[in-house]
Amino acid sequence: MFSNFDYDVIIRSLPYLFYDGMTFTLALTAFASVGGIIFGTLLAMMRLSGFVPISVLAAGYVNLMRSVPLLLVIFWFYFLVPYIGQWITGASRPVQVGASVSSFVTFTLFEAAYFAEIMRAGIQSIPRGQVGAAQALGMTYLQTMGYIVLPQAFRNMVPVLLTQTIILFQDTSLVYVLSITDFLGAASKVAQRDGRLVEMYLFAALVYFVISFVASLLVRRLQRRVAVIR
Amino acid sequence: MITLSKVSKWYPNFQVLKNCSTHVEKGEVVVVCGPSGSGKSTLIKCVNGLEPFQEGSITVAGISVNDPKTDLPKLRARIGMVFQHFELFPHLSVRRNLELAQIKVLGRKQDEAEAKGMRLLERVGLSAHASKFPGELSGGQQQRVAIARALAMDPIAMLFDEPTSALDPEMINEVLDVMVALAKEGMTMMVVTHEMGFARKVAQRVVFMDTGEIVEDAPTSEFFGNPRSERAQVFLSKILQH
Repeated sequence: MFSNFDYDVIIRSLPYLFYDGMTFTLALTAFASVGGIIFGTLLAMMRLSGFVPISVLAAGYVNLMRSVPLLLVIFWFYFLVPYIGQWITGASRPVQVGASVSSFVTFTLFEAAYFAEIMRAGIQSIPRGQVGAAQALGMTYLQTMGYIVLPQAFRNMVPVLLTQTIILFQDTSLVYVLSITDFLGAASKVAQRDGRLVEMYLFAALVYFVISFVASLLVRRLQRRVAVIR
Repeated sequence: MITLSKVSKWYPNFQVLKNCSTHVEKGEVVVVCGPSGSGKSTLIKCVNGLEPFQEGSITVAGISVNDPKTDLPKLRARIGMVFQHFELFPHLSVRRNLELAQIKVLGRKQDEAEAKGMRLLERVGLSAHASKFPGELSGGQQQRVAIARALAMDPIAMLFDEPTSALDPEMINEVLDVMVALAKEGMTMMVVTHEMGFARKVAQRVVFMDTGEIVEDAPTSEFFGNPRSERAQVFLSKILQH
């Protein structure tokens, strides 16, 4: 099987794989993780709110997103977002947003549910007394969250947030269903065009493995550095 | 300065505070004592609204704590509070712990807040530790920083919730010394503590609580010399044995 292995197809397609494919994969990972953490933190705060309608709303969103396969959500949003856009802008036809924008929106909203659960655990890990101390100093709810609770929660959760981001990095490959040229999409296109399926898919697997594995090692090293001394 | 009137509080299946009334005059030091679980900490946390209560009323400097229209954060900013477990912010340096609320709550400028913080740190004898993080300090040092942090807000009164209960014995005095000095300067203080030596030395009045009730509220000498209630007598005989 390896006797007629064509390494050259990999070399030839490197610029395409990385400049076109990997750039999109990393951009999507970065955007969805940053956006997801921000929206997820908001969801976590809502879920922990004492005001029941708000917490039920957040819990419903998180549970819904976590119980639906990502692939389905990708399809769902791809067909739904144009109609939501139409509804919001009041346009006469569905607003075409394109596959890329749709995938950015989908991943952010989907990952937010997972990040929300992580941040919720992070917020709950902060002793109640810290909130009391901040309030006793006259801080409002938002100041207490912004200066005292969230910075500590975030630091405690950095390793878990990054681990989730590594999973997100792998999951971005699902955008191939929208025919987007991410890293796997690019590899797949070359594979089909040149009839070099084995080479391309093995190479793609190797790249995903190396990046994820190295990132995991870095997370483990970071874990020891960020812990807050109590 | 602080007036509690018929304060009652219930948890879902039991009553923590029963009809508690007392007051702290300006410049007065009142010690609240009693067996554990008697509701002392809950009571003092009601004073700045950290714990809600269902009946009665509390006013501080004429402002109602339980009135929903009261701007609680604003009122709390004027009342200093010191906790059993210090509750310094572990992710911030000592210096930043002292500055944060001054800047964000009182709107002071950075250099003003820093100068104030450093003055108070010097006062509690910890200027050398300004750049350290709370986790690098001993319990006694952390509690002194916590007192300085509360004082940085220029409080009109100070609440102490068992400030020495979590400390190793050899560190208790360094904290009490700061509190005694504060009392001598005329700070209005309400102190939940088991330190009877401190109570005798600086308190004008002692409030004795048991099972959520204020059983005795008497001038210090009277409380120690001639406690009226049997429960206070039993409590005193237990803790003053040694």
